[in-house]
Amino acid sequence: MKEKLVMIGNGMAGMRTIEELLKIAPDMYDITVFGDEPYGNYNRILLSPVLAGEKTIDDIMLNTMDWYEENNIKLHAGKRVNEINRIARTVISEDGTVEEYDRLLIATGSKPFIIPVPGHDKDGVIAFRDINDVDIMLDATKNHKHATVIGGGLLGLEAANGMMQHGMKVTVVHLVDTLMERQMDSVSGKMLKNSLQEKGMDFRMEAQTAEITGNGRVSGIKFADGTSIETDLVVMAVGIRPNIELAQKAGLHCERGIVVNDTLQTYDPRIYSVGECVQHRGDTYGLVAPLFEMVKVCANHLAQMGIGLYEGSVTSTKLKVTGIDLFSAGDFIGDESTEEMVMQDATSGLYKKLVLKDNKLIGAVLYGDTKEGAWYFQLMRSGQDISDMRDKLLFGESHLGDSGHGGDHILTMSDDTEICGCNGVCKGDIVQAITSEGLFTLDEVRAHTKASASCGSCTGLVEQILESTLGSDYETPEAKPICQCTDHTHEEVREAIRERKLTSINDVRRSLNWKTQDGCPACRMSLNYYVQSAWHNEAQDDPQSRFINERAHANIQKDGRYSVIPRMWGGMTTPDELRAIANVAEKYEIKDVHLTGGQRIGLYGVEKEVLPKIWKDLNDAGMVSGHAYGKAMRTVKTCVGKQWCRFGTQDSTALGIKLEELTWASWMPHKFKLAVSGCPRNCAEATIKDFGVVCVDSGYELHIGGNGGIKVRATDLLCNVATEEVMEYCGAFIQYYREDAHYLERTAPWVERIGFSQIEDMIVKNEEKRKYYNKRFLEAQKISQVDPWKERATGGVAPHEFASIKVVSL
Amino acid sequence: MSNWIEVGQLEEIPKQGSRVIKTNDFNIAVFRTVNDEVFAVKDACPHKQGQLSQGIVHDKKVTCPLHNWTISLESGEALGPDEGCTNVFMAKVESGLVLIDLG
Repeated sequence: MKEKLVMIGNGMAGMRTIEELLKIAPDMYDITVFGDEPYGNYNRILLSPVLAGEKTIDDIMLNTMDWYEENNIKLHAGKRVNEINRIARTVISEDGTVEEYDRLLIATGSKPFIIPVPGHDKDGVIAFRDINDVDIMLDATKNHKHATVIGGGLLGLEAANGMMQHGMKVTVVHLVDTLMERQMDSVSGKMLKNSLQEKGMDFRMEAQTAEITGNGRVSGIKFADGTSIETDLVVMAVGIRPNIELAQKAGLHCERGIVVNDTLQTYDPRIYSVGECVQHRGDTYGLVAPLFEMVKVCANHLAQMGIGLYEGSVTSTKLKVTGIDLFSAGDFIGDESTEEMVMQDATSGLYKKLVLKDNKLIGAVLYGDTKEGAWYFQLMRSGQDISDMRDKLLFGESHLGDSGHGGDHILTMSDDTEICGCNGVCKGDIVQAITSEGLFTLDEVRAHTKASASCGSCTGLVEQILESTLGSDYETPEAKPICQCTDHTHEEVREAIRERKLTSINDVRRSLNWKTQDGCPACRMSLNYYVQSAWHNEAQDDPQSRFINERAHANIQKDGRYSVIPRMWGGMTTPDELRAIANVAEKYEIKDVHLTGGQRIGLYGVEKEVLPKIWKDLNDAGMVSGHAYGKAMRTVKTCVGKQWCRFGTQDSTALGIKLEELTWASWMPHKFKLAVSGCPRNCAEATIKDFGVVCVDSGYELHIGGNGGIKVRATDLLCNVATEEVMEYCGAFIQYYREDAHYLERTAPWVERIGFSQIEDMIVKNEEKRKYYNKRFLEAQKISQVDPWKERATGGVAPHEFASIKVVSL
Repeated sequence: MSNWIEVGQLEEIPKQGSRVIKTNDFNIAVFRTVNDEVFAVKDACPHKQGQLSQGIVHDKKVTCPLHNWTISLESGEALGPDEGCTNVFMAKVESGLVLIDLG
């Protein structure tokens, strides 16, 4: 029989847990849900736009009543639970409904704090928490003129703005002199106040409410200093308190919230708790993003998968008031141990403050222009060392020398701007999917729209759209898992492969409790690469976990035929090689012969079964596979150097050939290109290659991390060397990249992610490390440098790949 | 009407892989999953006719090599946000021999 799971609290955190649980263990429990409100589950954070008339209740419903029915969940909507009996393991609601549980999930959220001043219980004094409160405010806008909001925090200002949109005169009463003092410093707080005043909002700052006056219904507020104002409605928005009464009554240990451990269990291990009602490591949370992090862990444990710990959250805030852009995160006040960077432009209404500690970003306040918020937040959460970008940090990510998508500003884009060029998805489609389908994560957007699901170059833009559409609801993943088959990140998986000596994909999946039996294309390809890169002597290749190009050693074309590109060492060729290529092209009636960007000749439109025959002919002429199809070393581009060129300083062609002989047939996280230029005129374009050499009179400049692809990036100069130590540096750099980068991460984003100085430390400053990595590279190459064409053309490897199993005439 | 034909031995198809049957008009891809189930679908992705036989086989699905559409081998339908369907042929294994029904 199935175990019974009962949940108390039909809110966002609780229902999200149930949804996650249904995804990973759909048939594990009979599920019953109790909710106070007579609705399905809605997105509480979007109540402000509903109040402002920008959205309707239907827009913000996350789970309709039908959804519960379709998923066989028993919903008691509108029934308040007033007892948990932990001995009998039952939950009893006000109307006497009794439900038994094997596991219980408490997600009772929080309740607004009502200041207990005289008159707080009068008609017309409300909080801002649920649909009912919104209805009362909307009603008041029809019959009354003047509303007062007590509390100038995030929620208070959103309530005030909402009522103002309906033509009410609104006064905000705040106890201290800075609005949103938990999210803003005094400068940005003043800028915010000015903007809101311009919109028509009134303020009473540093004002303490003493009494709410009126005869039955509220008519005014008296302050501690003796002054008073008239008002028809009072909205208290002075904070929330975790809703712990029920848990307390049941004898569960509570402090400010229900105390839970890192697996979201209360002191009674059968009882879990998530959301605003919990207290975890001393902290309570009132924003949605951290709740979703808890939810993932909790669902995982309910599904008895037993992995994942919740270790607390860093939070960020965005104010949802149209026309005001404000972002804050982390410790934005700072102390003696921190330093700050500030940019202030009162005329344009811009303010940016970053707080740094030990070369790491720990807090940020942005006012007026928040498009870099997501990036700063990511830097804070990843704890990345920012020394390499100090001079540009304040100006944002788009100033980091990125000439590809940099500078795109999502807020100014129209709805028909194409975001994902691969799949033709526009901004409007994405926003529509986020709001109508209730999406919160990048994966969800990909699954619903395909945006950023192909080449991934627009991932940053999609994340920005998520962030700007959802505000503080956006769930920035702290560390992204490899794929949906696991919660583990690339780093965690690589570490496990090394530490536990995992030498096959199956070992990895078993050892790390993969959620799927045989994975998906994304993790299979990554794992196949990772085990071989860590254990080149022992690991077995799994051809079925390679993309077809690497399995067939040719590049699949749009019509299913293939291309053949033989290696031309250092871009040099001979009449014999050219003759062999011409012969092959004629013999097999190859339609298109094309010069590639990597100084080679490509033959296009070859039927798969013909490939081994062509390879044999080319092998006979001394040519081998050019690996133009793989996540592998591709080519070494060269100029003719001092052999011919009057400006040449070194023999760049010969060096290119030596480098190609050193590095050919090496598998990489992504494609990898080299170039050698004979002088600083750089005709071989070495400064947009993964590893580029520019010859100078005194020796060789070594450049790394360049890329001419989706985003153009010029290389960083690694160092100068005088002799052909070039080879050792090249081997070491490649091996470090191979063992450190994520699968499908080219050197350019890798260098930016780990920081140039990290690579410099490892390859230039530390001779021992350099020699170590180079040695490992050479060892791996000994095994890897076998011509895959020859193995298949004459060596009898994988014949099934190139022949049909049967021919039938119908 | 059924028209079962012999395709070959199960061992001739790699686990998590596929082989192609050629007919006069079109190709059929025969798949073998990690659990040795067999499926057969027309070797053309509903999107741009990519050869599904060249894709990566996972669970009872195949991901097309051209644009990553994922197709259910049981129903021939595209999964996720993509929409489309390719023809499915009944397939079975009897004493190690793979058979499909050309109908």
